[in-house]
Amino acid sequence: MSTQNEADPHVSSESTQRDEPIRILDDDGNLLPNAEAPSLSDEQLVSMYEDLVLARQFDQRAISLQRQGRIATYAPMTGQEGSQVATSYALEEQDWLFPTYREHAAKYVHGMSLPSLLKPLCGLRDGYAIPDDVNVLPEYIPIATQVPQAMGMAWGHHLQDRADTAVLCHFGDGATSEGDFHEGLNFAGVFDVPAVFVCNNNQWAISVPRDQQTASDTIAQKAAAYGIEGVRVDGLDPLAVYEVTRCALSKAKNPTDDERRPTLIESVQYRYGAHTTADDPSVYREEDEAEAWRQKDPVDRLRNFLYGEGVLDETLEDEIDDRVDSQISEAISTVEAAEADPAHIFEHVYEELPDRLREQRDELNALREKYGEEAFSEVLE
Amino acid sequence: MSSAATPDSDRRTDSLTLVEAVQDALYTEMTADENVVVLGEDVGENGGVFRATEALYEEFGGDRVVDTPLAESGIVGTAIGLALSGMRPVAEIQFMGFAYPAFDQIVSHASRLRSRSHGKYSAPIVIRAPYGGGIRAPEHHSESKEAFFVHEPGLKVVCPSTPADAKGLLIASVRDPDPVVFLEPKLLYRAFREDVPTGSYEVPLADAAIRREGEDISVYTWGAMTRPTLIAAENVAEEYGVEAEVVDLRTLSPLDVETIVDSFRKTGRAAVVHEAPKTAGLGAEIATTIQERAVCYQKAPIKRIAGFDTPMPLHALEDYYLPQAVRIQDGILETVDF
Ligand SMILES: Cc1ncc(C[n+]2csc(CCOP(=O)(O)OP(=O)(O)O)c2C)c(N)n1
Repeated sequence: MSTQNEADPHVSSESTQRDEPIRILDDDGNLLPNAEAPSLSDEQLVSMYEDLVLARQFDQRAISLQRQGRIATYAPMTGQEGSQVATSYALEEQDWLFPTYREHAAKYVHGMSLPSLLKPLCGLRDGYAIPDDVNVLPEYIPIATQVPQAMGMAWGHHLQDRADTAVLCHFGDGATSEGDFHEGLNFAGVFDVPAVFVCNNNQWAISVPRDQQTASDTIAQKAAAYGIEGVRVDGLDPLAVYEVTRCALSKAKNPTDDERRPTLIESVQYRYGAHTTADDPSVYREEDEAEAWRQKDPVDRLRNFLYGEGVLDETLEDEIDDRVDSQISEAISTVEAAEADPAHIFEHVYEELPDRLREQRDELNALREKYGEEAFSEVLE
Repeated sequence: MSSAATPDSDRRTDSLTLVEAVQDALYTEMTADENVVVLGEDVGENGGVFRATEALYEEFGGDRVVDTPLAESGIVGTAIGLALSGMRPVAEIQFMGFAYPAFDQIVSHASRLRSRSHGKYSAPIVIRAPYGGGIRAPEHHSESKEAFFVHEPGLKVVCPSTPADAKGLLIASVRDPDPVVFLEPKLLYRAFREDVPTGSYEVPLADAAIRREGEDISVYTWGAMTRPTLIAAENVAEEYGVEAEVVDLRTLSPLDVETIVDSFRKTGRAAVVHEAPKTAGLGAEIATTIQERAVCYQKAPIKRIAGFDTPMPLHALEDYYLPQAVRIQDGILETVDF
């Protein structure tokens, strides 16, 4: 993929400028001259679109649930769901995903259920309980800490000759400032492991803009320092993101003699909304900044492309909207009916409950018995 | 808030929340000493995620109120360097749970530059960090790991529980010749207002405060736990006639051993309340300190009312994890009835 722009027939010749993000679709969702759509079936393309619609609706519903006080702080993904969905479409089932707190859609596409995405937002830890057949890690909140771990897992697969398995690791532009980012990518280069590092450059780390985060022109160029390949892709173009990620994963598993396995993908995006529901972006950025990006909206672009291809029409669109709507409503009801058992506090701390913890659990249970549950729900302040 | 920050204001006090008092302290010290700079993530135009540095960027500019790249080791490491150049940096760590990338800089260097260099160099920096639970935050946003820092010789560790203390302790911390980890109880950031003196004043980094006097038991606590402890003390007084003395430590390192021990000599019974996990928490240090110095006064085992030895649960269960008034009350009665 080192000469991806020339070599990959899928990618438009418009993108030959080294630092220009790779694109397949123009701003309106038309195939760019000389670009070719990835080899996805019509069903796959429509299903990708449905997941984009689901991601966007999920985001809107989650934000409104937070406003109603039904869930806690939520990190929205509107504007970034195209890249999330497309990167996960490029994964094979056996590949591993390391998400942050923002990659709700990426997790969903790689096998997590909608209720499990909502549960931690309701304070329920079992949302992090990953089903056995799903290769997803619980979300990483301490910034960049997942990067060396993803490298390590890829390294382990490599040492065990599991050549069909790659690891994909998400993080933001802010994360590239942390030592862990540097250490993880440096190790990845040195040990040449099957890992793909996806920087979701949404231009902001809370209130700090990309150009205050690093003096580098691009994030992709940092790859050069680790001796690995860096690629920039239009993160609002789901087809380009899919194709670039697919190529990177395939190189990770099956490099040619002169290729190194790891890739740093800079997926160039924009955070349309707030950093989280606790954030007020009007304090630090202009509202109209988002406008130029919204013109290239990933959901609109894929929809227009599919209309152009004749695989999507209004009837199907309505069907998708309805299906997505009821799926999300059902997930919300499931989660709101779930209850937390105080005994869960003591579970899974160690494989075996030590005496000290058993004592503390019994002590808590005795107090609950003696004073009733209400005594514990007093507001602490 | 702005009028509170004017040193020669004709008003003597201003009614501030704890987070406003932190801002006021920073404003006051930055006005008084141009070497004081604030650095951290989102502290500039955004005014900090809790608004603790609100309006400072507008007042003092981007050279003194600095949005850094997202890197805690970088923030604390450069703060040490700034201090070596003669500046007085106040570094903000956005949440205590994100201090760990900076741990090496704090415990290997900030705390030891003075001793390593035989007193020639030092690191007079302040590391501010909101700590503690109760605000329904995601994972890693609610922990209380003060013991990590108290365990490190050469550091001072401070934890206010009221707006007036927050201001005076922070000003004293900025002026202190040694590095100070300044832990702010985020649960109390906006919980209440109180009259805070305008202008400059210090609350010494050496004195615990007696929040409530009593003869029957000494209850030692700090930060956000002072509130449920005081509620519990009122409850046991009203319902059982038990008079608890509530000692707010304020400075966790070095401890005000004299106040701790004097109170115990009077009551002969003690409980320690903290959010942090029980094992190797500060409660153990306080209990041992008391036994070393006043074992002959002891009438009952010293009770630790603390977080459990588990990770802080997600928020649906945090009220069971944090010591509530009911648990504190129960612990007080158990000790008094021994
Ligand atoms: C080690 C660490 N420091 C600080 C934080 C607080 N924090 C949470 S998100 C964030 C900004 C992250 O920006 P970026 O990496 O660009 O990702 P984005 O949130 O934009 O997706 C910060 C500072 C944290 N979670 N972890």
